[in-house]
Amino acid sequence: MHQEAAIRPPLILGHRTFGDITQDVVAPIQDKASRTWYVLTAIAAIIAAYGIGCILYLISHGIGSWGLNKTINWAWDITNFVWWVGIGHAGTLISAVLLLFRQKWRMAVNRSAEAMTIFAVMMAAMFPMIHMGRIWLAYFVFPLPNQFGSLWVNFNSPLLWDVFAISTYFSVSVVYWYIGLIPDFASIRDRVTKQWRKKFYGILSFGWTGNAKAWQRFEEVSLVLAGLATPLVFSVHSVVSTDFATSLVPGWHSTIYPPYFVAGAIFSGFAMVQTLLLVMRKAMHLEAYVTRKHVEYMNIVIMVTGGIVAVAYATEFFMGWYSGVEYEYYTYMSVGAATGQYWWAFWALIICNIAIPALLWFRPIRTSFFWAWAISIVVNVGMWFERFDIIVLCLHHEYLPSGWTMFYPSWVDVGVFLGTIGIFFTLYLLFARFFPVLAFNELKTILKTSGESYKGEVLPKSQH
Amino acid sequence: MANKVIYAVYEDPELLKSAARKLVTAGVKVRDVFSPFPVHGIDPIIGLKRTRLGIVSFMFGCLGLSLAILGTYYMMIYDWPMNIGGKPNRYYYQNVTSFIPVLFEFTVLLAAHGMAITYLIRNKTLPGMPGRNPDPRSTDDKFIIELRTEDNHMHAPEAITGMLRETTVFEINERQC
Repeated sequence: MHQEAAIRPPLILGHRTFGDITQDVVAPIQDKASRTWYVLTAIAAIIAAYGIGCILYLISHGIGSWGLNKTINWAWDITNFVWWVGIGHAGTLISAVLLLFRQKWRMAVNRSAEAMTIFAVMMAAMFPMIHMGRIWLAYFVFPLPNQFGSLWVNFNSPLLWDVFAISTYFSVSVVYWYIGLIPDFASIRDRVTKQWRKKFYGILSFGWTGNAKAWQRFEEVSLVLAGLATPLVFSVHSVVSTDFATSLVPGWHSTIYPPYFVAGAIFSGFAMVQTLLLVMRKAMHLEAYVTRKHVEYMNIVIMVTGGIVAVAYATEFFMGWYSGVEYEYYTYMSVGAATGQYWWAFWALIICNIAIPALLWFRPIRTSFFWAWAISIVVNVGMWFERFDIIVLCLHHEYLPSGWTMFYPSWVDVGVFLGTIGIFFTLYLLFARFFPVLAFNELKTILKTSGESYKGEVLPKSQH
Repeated sequence: MANKVIYAVYEDPELLKSAARKLVTAGVKVRDVFSPFPVHGIDPIIGLKRTRLGIVSFMFGCLGLSLAILGTYYMMIYDWPMNIGGKPNRYYYQNVTSFIPVLFEFTVLLAAHGMAITYLIRNKTLPGMPGRNPDPRSTDDKFIIELRTEDNHMHAPEAITGMLRETTVFEINERQC
């Protein structure tokens, strides 16, 4: 049995019983949705509809309607892609890596973080697809036999690795998330009273009974999937980074990219988890489960990965300067970037990703809900700028000065990006309304060891 | 005599475990245990063998790796070798280093999905199946031991319920089956 030190702070506050935990999570699903929920969902849906309109416009008019030009042929599209994939790293990291490390605090966070992961990866996957221009040919990325003779995909290409990495990551994340959801859906099925809801959750719960053998298999599957998903999390952003690192563009052609990108992804992913979770904590009254300690733990992860990212920036800056190669003078980490026409993007990155997150070194700030939330938004912005800087700044002053230019986004660029944010929030709000937002059956396993009112109490021990 | 099912309901996993141990020591066979979350340590008490799903996952992983090797070999070396950035493609071993990400992803893909599908089928949990837990409270806060008289011919039903009453049981329900 898991032994918990008495001095560790509790993870479930107040006096709660097993039944209370079920009640706290199932009640918002049974009750009528609040007015705020309708308002927020309506706003998100309107933005989503506008974004879908922009995407349809893009598909019908071609990617010439983006602000791309001959020099800067990747810009917001790939920025948004990498940003969303990065955000999508926190969920599986929390549920898989922290499971292997036996971090019990993950249980209050993992469900909503995984939902966020899935929605974020959906948004990410959309960008390469619409970037193809002719989206109806998207199936060309799969190695399918075809009528064009021996036309196969190129397995040497990082872009194809991406196809495999993202699709594997997405589908495995969905399966991992859903397998954890099944027992919770069963609890809801046995709780709700309305007929159609009973049916709905009955179908979703797959007829889960919760007998001993099922639970034994459940634990085995969770563990093995965690073991499989852990290297998968690290591989996905490593592969995304090779899209850049295997090219010959100054600033992209860098061997530290894979670990640096993975750290950046975890950094931004945890920031997005905080942004969403701290609002949900208040809105859905989860104060007893998402405590100050949880926020502090997540902020420590943000500090560590933010530190790794800062060291990577410094390394890039130093190595570019030290190489003495003039093409390195305008990469995203260079004197040229800091003082050139894109100075604002450079300094936005430094301020949002290094300076402001450094405040988390102060305990009062990293244990404050408000500051944690505010800083998480700053980090989200900063990580968007990181990808923008890497992509646009490295391209805008590449080899030939005659090709140097600036990038100006068109309204379609902006619309598509805003649209993905709208779709993401619509999906997340639907999740918060109809799905159990905490892995509450899992939380019950730590109630008697980490619950506040059980701390230091002698448990009813069975004779071993 | 009609066969009977006895459900002993407990309020705590530790209480259920000590009760199950007591019953098993007395020679009573426990049919099943229903709980809202995994009760750690119950498996050896009621005689459950370790699941082999881990092996299933390993085998699916091996299958995924083999298929990925076969596919990349056929497409990139045998069927239509291409000169891409001067990467050698005469033999598979020369070119395999740039296939490793795909080999890894495909291995994980099959290992994860193969195991997940096997898990759902073995548990008889598929979309639309009815829940067969004996009591709706067993997915909330109650822990239930299921006993059947047909498994325990050596003990009279009254003797079993008597034994259960000696434990810290919350309630005992009997049903004809």
